[in-house]
Amino acid sequence: MSLISIKDLRVSFDGVQVLHGINLQVGKGESIGLVGESGCGKSVTWLAALGLLPQRAQFSGSVTLEGRELVNASRGELEQVRGGRIAMIFQDPSSSLNPVQRVGKQLDESLRLHRRLSGATARAEAIRLLDLVGIPSAKTRIDLYPHEFSGGQCQRIMIAMALAGEPDLLIADEPTTALDATIQAQILDLLATIRHETGMAMVFISHDLGAVSAVCDRAAVMYAGRVVEQNHIGELFDNPRHPYTVGLFEAIPELQGPRRRLQPINGTVPNPRHLPRGCAFSPRCAHASDFCRSAQPALLLQPDGGQVACFHPVRESALTPRRTFSPASAELAA
Amino acid sequence: MSVLLQASGLCQQYTTGTTLFKHPTVVRAVDSIDLEIREGEIVGIVGESGSGKSTLGRMLLGIEPPYRGELTWRGAPMPAPGTPEWRRLRREMQLIFQDPLAALDRRMTIADQIGEPFEIHGLVPREAIRDRVSELMGKVGLRPDQAGRYPHELSGGQRQRVVIARALAMAPKFLVCDEPVSALDVSIQAQVVNLLYDLQLEEGLTMVFISHDLKVVRNLCDRVVVMYLGRIVEEGPADEIFANPRHPYTQALVSSVPSAGRGHAKRILLQGDPPNPASRPSGCAFHPRCHLADAACKARAPALIRDGHRLAACLKLRAAPNQDQIREIHA
Repeated sequence: MSLISIKDLRVSFDGVQVLHGINLQVGKGESIGLVGESGCGKSVTWLAALGLLPQRAQFSGSVTLEGRELVNASRGELEQVRGGRIAMIFQDPSSSLNPVQRVGKQLDESLRLHRRLSGATARAEAIRLLDLVGIPSAKTRIDLYPHEFSGGQCQRIMIAMALAGEPDLLIADEPTTALDATIQAQILDLLATIRHETGMAMVFISHDLGAVSAVCDRAAVMYAGRVVEQNHIGELFDNPRHPYTVGLFEAIPELQGPRRRLQPINGTVPNPRHLPRGCAFSPRCAHASDFCRSAQPALLLQPDGGQVACFHPVRESALTPRRTFSPASAELAA
Repeated sequence: MSVLLQASGLCQQYTTGTTLFKHPTVVRAVDSIDLEIREGEIVGIVGESGSGKSTLGRMLLGIEPPYRGELTWRGAPMPAPGTPEWRRLRREMQLIFQDPLAALDRRMTIADQIGEPFEIHGLVPREAIRDRVSELMGKVGLRPDQAGRYPHELSGGQRQRVVIARALAMAPKFLVCDEPVSALDVSIQAQVVNLLYDLQLEEGLTMVFISHDLKVVRNLCDRVVVMYLGRIVEEGPADEIFANPRHPYTQALVSSVPSAGRGHAKRILLQGDPPNPASRPSGCAFHPRCHLADAACKARAPALIRDGHRLAACLKLRAAPNQDQIREIHA
């Protein structure tokens, strides 16, 4: 049985629908990536699942954690889940930490709430957590304020706080976007190690496809409030089927191989107030037919185990030429 | 290619923490930079936050006078800010920022904003401004019907096009782009990068492209400068730098970029955080994070040494494994 299962989740803000029926399952210990451009609903999906959306948001559908329904659950029930069973870390660590409270006290708070630890036990556990996430000399630095740590260290402290409740699922919302490249690599490494050691599941929300493939087993690609493709990392990157996924991959320049002109996806992401008829991607899609512009494709299971929502999926090997290492660049590297 | 802009021994420092009870701290943001920018090339500047990339960019434009060092534009010294000669030079140099919404006036239509430089410099008769504006809008891929829109009505990519159109209004020779695509989505990022590339080809622009996105830099730039804590640690042709980085920092930087679908194949994980410019380590500033560092690196700062058309500043250059050896180690 899957750990958390989202069924037909729909969300609208002030009458504007932003999620159009999301179906997602995360298994125990599984790591799944959620990819898409800004405004596609990747963060809203999980905020809705945890009941963290503002009052004006209306939503329907079902989110179950090991069979327990979270939508419209009581406040007390949700508070047990949040931080305890499911923890979330955000993009900007410095704005998620309380600037006027010592780091130790903030960790202490989650340990008290979720594990009922206090006093010396809580302090020892807080130091252990800071050690675990790689804060050097945690014992002496536990009483410092967030501004006395660097951005990468603040993100490590956020991860330590998320781990304080020993969650079954960690939702990481763009955890490395605000960090420098070398620090990003450190945090990705840390997340992978912790997941390996604790066996917790992870949802990694990011627009960085490289980061997603570094830490996830499976990934879902979202566009305009819908999941358009889902598959195992290897399959998805080697053999993307949805034209949007292909476009997204082509748009990212490579660090290896021949230098080339970038291939953008023409047009822009549609405004959720005025979504095109039919498939939301059809105005930007080279394969779109009249049928695409009138009917909405459903997310269908594929023979390889993946799921694709497209009437004209890209056939295999459409992407292969640029992934092969050409002789010219091999010479260069030598 | 003739040299357009030459910097020698460029330094910039700021004084922070000036309070009644504390001695002020001097932060050296940029330290003895020698750089030559030739006409018609795209030079990429990469480095982590706090490495001084943006400060260097602003000094190259002459909008921030250097603390020490010299800057020559076509062989003549850069005029002092505020003088009439400096003002005339503004036409030839333009800057594009990361956040287009902050660079645009929210209460002016985009056509008015693109036309504003013509009014300021008074080079084009008032009647002709409209035509020039629509010509510029066409050049950067904006539709004529968008002329009357306000910045908030446009998407991020379109706003960045407005900023680019405005920068191009005076037909500049030199363009500094400071993280121009960092705030944009990948599919839009590619559109803007291609636009900059085409403009460079058509107009023969000279461009300095400041970015932390190595993938974009590699695909756009001819030459790359890698900065660490205010100094250049490596410089060379983009292809060679990324295929075979020599400085241990560049090697770590290149290996830290996960590739789509493969994740990290081979990787050098750096220990520690990006250093604080206010407390610069002794000797080679990179030594606390470097796996090759020894006592010599702690004591002596390496000079930037030229080898053919490549430069690197590292005492352990011979010991630093090249990319083939790294591949073997990780195989």
